[in-house]
Amino acid sequence: MTLAANTPTAPNSLPVSALDADALDRLNAILARHAGREGPLLPILHDVQAEFGLIPEAAQPIIGNALGMSPAEVYGVVSFYHDFREHPAGRHVLRLCRAEACQSMGADALAAQVQAALGLGWHQTTTDGRLTLEPVFCLGLCACGPAAQMGDRLVGRATPERVVALAGGAR
Amino acid sequence: MKDFVIPPADWTRDMGTPESRSDIAVTLTIDGMAVTVPAGTSVMRAAAEAGVTVPKLCATDNMAAFGSCRLCVVAIDGMRGTPASCTTPVAEGMVVHTQTDEIARIRRGVMELYISDHPLDCLTCAANGDCELQDMAGAVGLREVRFEPGKNHFQRRENGETNPEWRAKDQSNPYFTFDPAKCIVCSRCVRACEEVQGTFALTIEGRGFDSRVSAGIASDSFLSSDCVSCGACVQACPTATLIENSVIEIGTPERIVKTTCAYCGVGCSFDAHMRGETVVKMVPSKDGKANRGHSCVKGRFAWGYATHAERILHPMVRDHFTDPWRVVSWDEAIGFAARRLRETQEKHGRDSVGVITSSRCTNEETYLVQKLARAVFGNNNTDTCARVCHSPTGYGLKTTFGTSAGTHDFDSVEETDLALVIGANPTEGHPVFGSRLRRRLREGAGLIVIDPRHIDLLDTAHRNDALHLPLLPGTNVAVLTAMAHVIAAEGLYDEAFIRKRCDWDEFLAYREFLLDPRHSPEAVERASQVPADLIRRAARAYAGAPRASIYYGLGVTEHSQGSTTVMAIANLAMMTGNIGKPGTGVNPLRGQNNVQGSCDMGSFPHEYPGYRHVTDPETRAIYERAWGVPLSDEPGLRIPNMFDAATAGTFRGLYCQGEDVLQSDPDTSHVQKALASLDILIVHDLFLNETSNYAHVFLPGSSFLEKDGTFTNAERRINMVRRAMAPLNGHEDWQITVMLANAMGAGWDYGHPSQIMDEIAMTTPSFAGVSYDLLDREGSVQWPCNEKAPLGTPVMHIDGFVRGKGKFVHTEYVATDERSGPRFPLLLTTGRTLTQYNVGAQTRRTDNTVWHAEDLLEIHPSDAENRGIASGDYVRVASRAGDTTLRARVTDRVAPGVVYTTFHHPNTQANVVTTDNSDWATNCPEFKVTAVQVSPSNGPSEWQEQYRAHAELSRRIMPAAE
Repeated sequence: MTLAANTPTAPNSLPVSALDADALDRLNAILARHAGREGPLLPILHDVQAEFGLIPEAAQPIIGNALGMSPAEVYGVVSFYHDFREHPAGRHVLRLCRAEACQSMGADALAAQVQAALGLGWHQTTTDGRLTLEPVFCLGLCACGPAAQMGDRLVGRATPERVVALAGGAR
Repeated sequence: MKDFVIPPADWTRDMGTPESRSDIAVTLTIDGMAVTVPAGTSVMRAAAEAGVTVPKLCATDNMAAFGSCRLCVVAIDGMRGTPASCTTPVAEGMVVHTQTDEIARIRRGVMELYISDHPLDCLTCAANGDCELQDMAGAVGLREVRFEPGKNHFQRRENGETNPEWRAKDQSNPYFTFDPAKCIVCSRCVRACEEVQGTFALTIEGRGFDSRVSAGIASDSFLSSDCVSCGACVQACPTATLIENSVIEIGTPERIVKTTCAYCGVGCSFDAHMRGETVVKMVPSKDGKANRGHSCVKGRFAWGYATHAERILHPMVRDHFTDPWRVVSWDEAIGFAARRLRETQEKHGRDSVGVITSSRCTNEETYLVQKLARAVFGNNNTDTCARVCHSPTGYGLKTTFGTSAGTHDFDSVEETDLALVIGANPTEGHPVFGSRLRRRLREGAGLIVIDPRHIDLLDTAHRNDALHLPLLPGTNVAVLTAMAHVIAAEGLYDEAFIRKRCDWDEFLAYREFLLDPRHSPEAVERASQVPADLIRRAARAYAGAPRASIYYGLGVTEHSQGSTTVMAIANLAMMTGNIGKPGTGVNPLRGQNNVQGSCDMGSFPHEYPGYRHVTDPETRAIYERAWGVPLSDEPGLRIPNMFDAATAGTFRGLYCQGEDVLQSDPDTSHVQKALASLDILIVHDLFLNETSNYAHVFLPGSSFLEKDGTFTNAERRINMVRRAMAPLNGHEDWQITVMLANAMGAGWDYGHPSQIMDEIAMTTPSFAGVSYDLLDREGSVQWPCNEKAPLGTPVMHIDGFVRGKGKFVHTEYVATDERSGPRFPLLLTTGRTLTQYNVGAQTRRTDNTVWHAEDLLEIHPSDAENRGIASGDYVRVASRAGDTTLRARVTDRVAPGVVYTTFHHPNTQANVVTTDNSDWATNCPEFKVTAVQVSPSNGPSEWQEQYRAHAELSRRIMPAAE
């Protein structure tokens, strides 16, 4: 499928003003990397989040235009996945599983204790931007719930002490 | 029991899922009844065919089945569980039960969940009586909701606190309201926007309980999103979530009048939903053969002008156009007009007066106005605004094919493999056709756009391959001839077709002409600025597609070589065999609702109705017999000739019905002078338009909602217009023309427009079979409609061309005199926007102005930078004809060297700038090319100031005598 007629540049007056020239270059580099790929939207969104720490709203129409999609369609996908962020996360992300298997193993109590110890509610970030606390629905560790994830590291049979220690150790 | 719902006629029944086009028949049993349907039909639709209505919420028959509401579950013998009937296709021998105890329980459970998150304010809800959720609650026997009020989307406040899930209404669109509290997230609006309209402006944000309909991205409202306000989502919504503001204000309608939209040449069929004499809403007819249930913002919502306070409802006269108007009785106004016309003829000769017929009025009204000129004035001084739009189409297609009209119906686009769009902007100018084309592009058809501007069609979401040939304005013939050169040089033409349907020797001569190096893409690249490679690729794609169609607009006709371009288009279609079968053809997109009809009805100075020349003695004899008067065999004056003759003093009187020549015709200053020199100018219109600033008699017109008649759309389809309310001005337009004719001694005796149509049918062979009875029965017919084609002709030239053999005319490119140079280095071209229509007399008097409040000049960033112009700045546009001031919009939609604007607003008057160049064959003005200079400005031009002062002066109305 040819997406732009003749030229790869976006002909519309898109609301690019929200992205500065540097950000636009970085976005276009990502789009160029995925040109011609089948089903490229999710890989592009992952790369954008890795690059910017979030999916900038102003990037959505540009991504849509490059893929022959409307801005709304891109937004529908971005908003469907909780991992695609509107606001940047802290340097580290702690996820606590809240799915059924972990709940049956005391995930709610774990969550309450961790929240109290860290002084963070769901989706909140410490004031120094160090840590963000997120709920997650199933990490695939149902056999050893309750489960948590600190950065890339999975934690089974999580206890408040262990989780808080891990979170506190991350700089 | 009272029922406010209008009882559905057969065509309003929602069959649940779209029709299957398979020719394999499948027989199954539904609730004990055998039913046979095409393979691929859903169980839901098969049940509907059998007369069984399966409950449903997310399904509707103009979009693909979605299977989300789970209300339409059925039991099928031998199948596990309870499948959704909308997504389950029929199979031979299938046995379906639409109601069992289990199904009833499931449906009630589903409904209970829906209602648990829905406000129970039915009595005060705008959709009360017209709500599918309400109907389904009844259908499934919902009697109680066991869930305690908990987390929900509909309560504004909960336990004294703001409900975080509640969202305020979105009232940003002037015509409809989005109330998320009532939304059941069935996705019908989202799918309507995607599948029917093709804009993809809506989406579902979030997931699970957080799922919500969202217009555009997170920060958008309906107005700021891509939404084009076509109304498809409002029509699709089963609840009051998306609903017309007029329904909120008025309530449910009590009757439907089927009629035809009075805006563009697509000719959409509409159901006027009425309460008393008030329009509650206009809804596109599902059985409308041009629009198939779709609409655009103009037809759907912009009808408020019909009752606008500025509409003039009483006749007015004055001795001189600088006097204030005097409101008078109809008798006095008609008498004044008739007397002055006769006096003018006595003093200056029979040929000193004439008429301009309207492309917005009905066929019957147009027929009477040209008859007035021929039978009562005794001359052929009749012309119509088609002169300034599609007269080259008439000439070009008559010369090559033998008929002055498009070859195909709009349905044909569903079968095309490639659409070549030239000088047209369908998604703005002909939006419903644009949506139908977009659907086909998503299904895989290719697209070639030949246009100086990057049009929206090129940005169609999920389209297939597209090429854009951004040519310099005025070089259409060069580019099309170069495409033909490639087809000839590479042997891509359809020899069998040419030998059978055209003259082979004539083609060989044409081929020789084409193969001259001056027509090669490289040679043409210099004049047109289109890369040779693109011309080659476009030619190969067009010739290579199994079924390729051409759609074109005023970007083809409004040039000094307009007629030549039309013939170049016809040549391309003939040499590749793209004529006579569905999915192909040459199709002009007509600008106004009845521009085809006004041409058919003999509005031209040289042609009687049905395109028969006034010098043809047989035709003249027919009309002399029918009308009982001797007729002139001398062709009359065209519009530009009328203006020239007026300035010269030989043409002194004009009856102008439903057209604003001052604003819509080129070189405004020249038109101004001409109109000012007339002894009698009669303007017959809804509003005091710009032309009426020079008029002596103003006859108030009736809107399309107030009269009976027919409009003929771009596909030759004759559609019925039906009276929904009494004319506010007291008379339908045809009655006013009859009064004027009779005041001049004509003795016409028509009781109803159907009698006028009978006269047209009696005297015009291509309309011989047309009658109101037939139109009522069939809904609409496409001419020719006669003994050979009693139900009309959707596709023309199937077995042979109307003229016999198709004719190849050599299409030499001759550059227009209007070229850019040191004084005027830019080329101005003009066009339309979606929300405004033509001179804007109607749409400017509606809320459509929120989208387009003023005309803007589009200019390329590099041209803007050279001149120190930024978006939003006032700029002066000057040509050798005049100058005007408007605001700039800097965009790369236009190429460097090209600027673009619209002509919807009289305070801009883009036509002050346009010149008197015109098509060599038909005098169609060259609106699309004007050499201009653009410079920063800080206020209106001198002309604008003078004109504004004059307009104020001439619109004064004297208070009626006490």
